[in-house]
Amino acid sequence: MRALARAITLVERRDPAVRELQQALRDRVRPAYVVGFTGAPGTGKSTIVDGLISLLRKQERSVAVIATDPNSPFTGGAILGDRIRMQRHALDPKVFIRSMGARGHLGGLSLAAREAIRLLGAFGFDPVILETVGVGQSELEVAAVADTTVVVLTPNLGDGVQMIKAGILEIADIFVVNKSDLEGHKRVALELRGMLNLSPKAAWRPPIIATAAVRQEGIEELWAAIEAHRKHLETTGRASAQAEKRLKDETAEVVAEVARERARDALGEDSKLSQRLLQDGTPYEVADEILRNHIMNSE
Amino acid sequence: MMATKGAVKPIRIVMGKVGLDGHDRGVKVVARALRDAGYEVIYTGLRQTPEMIVDAALQEDAQVIGLSLHSGAHMTLFPAVVEELKRRKATDIVVFGGGIIPEDDIEALKKQGVEELFTPGTPLQDIVAWLKKRFPEGGST
Repeated sequence: MRALARAITLVERRDPAVRELQQALRDRVRPAYVVGFTGAPGTGKSTIVDGLISLLRKQERSVAVIATDPNSPFTGGAILGDRIRMQRHALDPKVFIRSMGARGHLGGLSLAAREAIRLLGAFGFDPVILETVGVGQSELEVAAVADTTVVVLTPNLGDGVQMIKAGILEIADIFVVNKSDLEGHKRVALELRGMLNLSPKAAWRPPIIATAAVRQEGIEELWAAIEAHRKHLETTGRASAQAEKRLKDETAEVVAEVARERARDALGEDSKLSQRLLQDGTPYEVADEILRNHIMNSE
Repeated sequence: MMATKGAVKPIRIVMGKVGLDGHDRGVKVVARALRDAGYEVIYTGLRQTPEMIVDAALQEDAQVIGLSLHSGAHMTLFPAVVEELKRRKATDIVVFGGGIIPEDDIEALKKQGVEELFTPGTPLQDIVAWLKKRFPEGGST
C-alpha cells in the first residue's frame, strides 16, 4: 500500500520517475471506471461517496477515492478534509482514500489525477471515485477525467437561475439532489427538470436522484443510475470514442507541460531572449524562436 | 524529460484527535496555521484510533502526524501511534502532539518517540518554526 501511496506522490509532484513507472505498469493496467462527483461546498459529496463505498464493499469491490480540495493561491498550503466523512472505512484494505491538493499547477488537476487513476487501476481498484469542490473550473476537469460525472445539489442553493449560469447542466451525466430530508428538495428537482426539458434532445437524459446521504437513502438508486450510464456509454460506442479523445487530450497536455518547462528554462537562462521580449512588447516572435531552438531541435 | 523544476513538494501532515475527546478547537487552529504556512494538512477529525491515524498517514503518504489530545490519555494513545508506526514499518513518519500535557509527561513521551509536544499557549509560529527546522527541504511552494 505504501508503494502505491508513494507512487501517487510522485505523480502529484510531476516527478520524472513517473514516466518509467507508468511504462513498467503498462501491461498491468486495467482501466478503472471513473465516477466524478462535483458540487458546491457542503452539499454532501463526501458523505455520498462514503455511502457509495459502503455499498460497493458489500458487493466485494475494491474502491479508491481521490478527494481534491483547493490549495491556497498564496502559500500553496491546503486543508484537505474530505477524509473525515469516510474514516469508518479507514482500516479496510480494499478502500484506498487519497486527498489531493489541486496545487494550482498550470496543467491543472487532470494530469495528476489521470495518472493516479491509472496507478490505482493497476493496483486493482475499480471503480475510482474522483471528488472535487465545484468552485470554478475544477468541475470541468472532473468532467474531462470521469466516465460518469455526478453533480450534487441541495435545497437552498438559490433559484433556477443559478443552475443556468453555473454551467452545471452540460457536465452532469447524473444529478443528485442531496439532503432530501430538508424542505425544498422537491422544488430543486422540479426546477432542474424544467431546465433539462429545455435542453436539446440527447441520447442520454441525466436522471435526477434524491438522496439523504447521512441516512444512506438513495445511494442504491444512485449506483444503479451510474451503472445505467456506464451501459449507455458502452452500447452506444461512446466509451471507446471518449477513451480515444482523452488519450489525445492527455498527450497534448504532456507535450504542453514539457514545452512550458523548456520555455521557462530558456527565458530564465538566455538574457538576450528577455531583452528582445521587452523590446517587442509581445510574446509571439520570442515564442517562435523558443519553439524552433529549444523545443523542436532538442532531443 | 518531464517537468520537474516547477514541481512543488509540499510537506503533508495528517492531523487528528485520538481517543474519546471532542475538543477540536485547538487542532483546527493549528491546522489552519499550518495551511497558511504552506503545508498540506489532511484533517481526519474526531475519535480516531491510533490504527486509523497511521493508516491515513500511509495512504496519504504524509511525512508527519500531528496529534491533539485533551482528555488526559496522552501517555497511552500517543505512544500507541508510535508503536503502530513501528508495526507498519513506517518509523520515518514524524509524530508530534499537542494538548494539556504536564511537563513530566513531555520528557517521557519524547523518550517514547513523540518528537515534539506543544502545550496550551504555544505561539503558532513556534509550531511552524519547528516544522520548518525539521523539514528544511519542503513546505511552501
